[in-house]
Amino acid sequence: MQRVGVFVCWCGSNIAGTVDVHAVAEALKNEPGVVFSTDYQYMCSQAGQDMIKAAVKEHNLTGIVVCSCSPRMHEATFRKTAAAAGLNPYMVEIANIREQCSWVHKDILTGTEKAIILGKAAVAKVNLNAPLTPGESPVTKRALVIGGGIAGIQTALDIADAGFEVDIVEKKPTIGGKMAQLDKTFPTLDCAACILTPKMVDVAQNEKIRIFSYSEVTDVKGFVGNFDVTIKKNARFVKEDICTGCGACVEKCPMKKIPNEFNLGMDNRTAIYIPFAQAVPKVATIDPNACNMLKKGKCGICAKVCTAGAIDYTQKDEYIEEKYGAIVVATGFNPISMDKFDEFAYSQSKDVITSLEFERLTNAAGPSAGKLLRPSDGKHPHTIVFVQCVGSRCEACAEKGKEYCSKICCMYTAKHAMLTRDKYPDTEVYVFYIDVRTPGKNFDEFYRRAVEEYGVKYIKGMVGKVTPEGDKLKVQASDLLSNKQLHIDADLVVLAAAIEPDKSARPLATMLTASMDTNDFFTEAHPKLRPVESPTAGVFLSGACQGPKDIPETVSQAGAAASKVIGLLAKDKLTGNPCVASSNELMCNGCSSCANVCPYGAITYADKEFRMPDRTTRIRRVAEVNPAVCQGCGACTVACPSGAMDLKGFANLQIMAEVDAICK
Amino acid sequence: MHNTEYLRDEIIRISGANPAKCMRCGKCSATCPAYDEMEYHPHQFVNMVECGDIEPLLNSESLYMCLSCFACIERCPRGVEPAKFVEAVRLTAIRQQGANRLTADNVPPIVDEDTPQQLLVSAFRKYTK
Amino acid sequence: MQVNEYKPLIVAFCCNWCSYAGADLAGNNRLSYPADVKIIRVPCSCRVNPMFILRAFQRGADGVIICGCHPGDCHYTSGNYYTRRRMAALFSMLDFLGIERERTRLEWVSAAEGAKFAATMNDFVETVTALGENKRLEDLRCKK
Repeated sequence: MQRVGVFVCWCGSNIAGTVDVHAVAEALKNEPGVVFSTDYQYMCSQAGQDMIKAAVKEHNLTGIVVCSCSPRMHEATFRKTAAAAGLNPYMVEIANIREQCSWVHKDILTGTEKAIILGKAAVAKVNLNAPLTPGESPVTKRALVIGGGIAGIQTALDIADAGFEVDIVEKKPTIGGKMAQLDKTFPTLDCAACILTPKMVDVAQNEKIRIFSYSEVTDVKGFVGNFDVTIKKNARFVKEDICTGCGACVEKCPMKKIPNEFNLGMDNRTAIYIPFAQAVPKVATIDPNACNMLKKGKCGICAKVCTAGAIDYTQKDEYIEEKYGAIVVATGFNPISMDKFDEFAYSQSKDVITSLEFERLTNAAGPSAGKLLRPSDGKHPHTIVFVQCVGSRCEACAEKGKEYCSKICCMYTAKHAMLTRDKYPDTEVYVFYIDVRTPGKNFDEFYRRAVEEYGVKYIKGMVGKVTPEGDKLKVQASDLLSNKQLHIDADLVVLAAAIEPDKSARPLATMLTASMDTNDFFTEAHPKLRPVESPTAGVFLSGACQGPKDIPETVSQAGAAASKVIGLLAKDKLTGNPCVASSNELMCNGCSSCANVCPYGAITYADKEFRMPDRTTRIRRVAEVNPAVCQGCGACTVACPSGAMDLKGFANLQIMAEVDAICK
Repeated sequence: MHNTEYLRDEIIRISGANPAKCMRCGKCSATCPAYDEMEYHPHQFVNMVECGDIEPLLNSESLYMCLSCFACIERCPRGVEPAKFVEAVRLTAIRQQGANRLTADNVPPIVDEDTPQQLLVSAFRKYTK
Repeated sequence: MQVNEYKPLIVAFCCNWCSYAGADLAGNNRLSYPADVKIIRVPCSCRVNPMFILRAFQRGADGVIICGCHPGDCHYTSGNYYTRRRMAALFSMLDFLGIERERTRLEWVSAAEGAKFAATMNDFVETVTALGENKRLEDLRCKK
């Protein structure tokens, strides 16, 4: 039995006005375990706290009940007081007799009656309290960034800047991501490469950053501060540390007809390739599906021409195991497939392209060296039709499109239209839109400039059908404002395809036990207040893996994620919440019910040896809770069929005692 | 004006479609092959039904110009199904009049040798009560 | 004042992050509700074991209400979804045992919804008062 002290606060007249505090203190004196009971004007004041400390000493108290304001207000205060008096801080219970009693009940009789009952419940609970100590776990001072696009690059640079080691895992042969493929960036129209490639070089030269390119994460174990990650380094058949990136092998490779992913298949690359001139790391990679030497054992030209001797046809996939304290997900996005949009004739005509393909077409390093030429016949297009919201805001066709707004299309289409009119004033440019959404600094001004200064024809309506006819594309569309159906003979049709999270995100989320929404975007811990953290502790979100984002937003989120990571890595030890679940292994039957409901993956199973009454031993599978991962929601305690699982601080017996005390 | 509201609800009930889902993209009208023949275009149908502006629709020739090809239903990104409204208004018009759009007497002058039998059958099904 | 006016006994389980804060907000705004409601704080509505509810009814509670965060807003991501499913099963079983469906309630109250908290409690107390005392599951041995 505890020796409980009860302290009833007046809170000036806030409580004393509608609750007879003396009567409460008197009534609680007779409760089991209570050895001391008093009331005071302001319990949270220094004098009030000193009074508690003195009473602990004088009456040898082991538990404290404070009848005062909400525990959300002063629980922490009174826990500190208890600790100062030499008690375990978790031996304090608060009876909320202000917010939930004196302030909501006008009648002093009922108010006092309720306050007494709430006090009794708190006494009943504190009688069953046990001292709790928060667990501590060390922090591995290194971060992992998954994805090497602008989001991953920025996050890694910011973390490295604070002095912590960072590894970037990128599945492509080079970092850079989608931004490396872009031509110009809105709303300032500076060239993407000019602002991105210096950052890529910074990453390569930063001593704190390691790049695992052409690699993927295959396994994640552990928890915040202590992740064990397996990284698969795919064989690129070129020794990364030896290759100088001179490109001699690329020149001589006889397999020259491989569709070039970097230019979205609009031109060809060789079997051994460097994705683009500014690639980081600038190292060649052999495509095993195209290389004759790897497929048939015949050729070997690249090995012959490589003066550095970097080619290694026998290279195998390599698995690297590393420890990390924090993980940042920056897996980014992809445009959705246009194959299912028959009405726009994407798969029928080469001159119907996506915006990202347009981006490559206008890029000086692109397949047409920056000249805007039709992919089909290399002629200059005179009429270009841009179609917005292709697959975005598409509720009815879930198998084709996405229900959300892809956010970036309005701005990049305005950019494309403006740049086209700027470079080729003889071109007619139509943009079909449903709504033009340009919230953002200087965004709407940018769009208006496209219309007012560059003469881009914005038409409110949608394109219904594109039919290739001869060398023209017949575009049938509606103009809602003038209530007309338009028929335009276009030379080029550009589709603003919706964007979706990268396909690798879903399996990664499973590995990380991070939650995702129905669109496979990662869910943030709180949509407003914790936008860069995953609900899983130690996992952070950067860039478009969390939702559609443009570059400025991605960079700011990347910085925010980095600062959260730095905050975590700056700690030597993590102090957990001691109110976590724990399993009584004698009662546990290893059924996995608890692990199935745990949102954090905090529960694992271990085979343990148990001594039986007849002195034999038996091995049983029992649940184990990792206190560093458990957040203390208690879902498992209810799921447990044998009652083995309980929550410290909110134990079954404690809540039951409260119920009993309330129901007299 | 409770009749307007009643009509509107009735059209929505018969069609089984929801005009509130429309985001005014106009893809239905962009895709409509009978656009030029229609006084009220598919997107206007949706909007007018939503606003309860049914009377002009009931009296419009547009009802009979719709080919019921359902291209608008197929292409609508929001699943609004404009053709179902056209169908519902047409049914309402025919039921209200208690009269048929097409009578047997109307047929001979518009038929020529190339007209398939099936067309007549379906026309009767569509334009008569 | 009538002496033996019937006063129901109502146990409310409130999750720490949303509903308990909502109850506090009701207090801050001085939105009154009957003193018959006694709140028990739990970390998450999914901590509410059906045993607690049965125990309350056994001990003579006339109504039990569980309040949690709105779906999608759970501090622990998905706890309130568990609650929703568990309570659906429990309430229908209680109904079968003769505890009227109106005596049990599951409500989503956010930390900003002090007014909703007070309104919900007023309504619940009124409903339970109209039903009268819970005799069905009350264990007379628990009576003094």
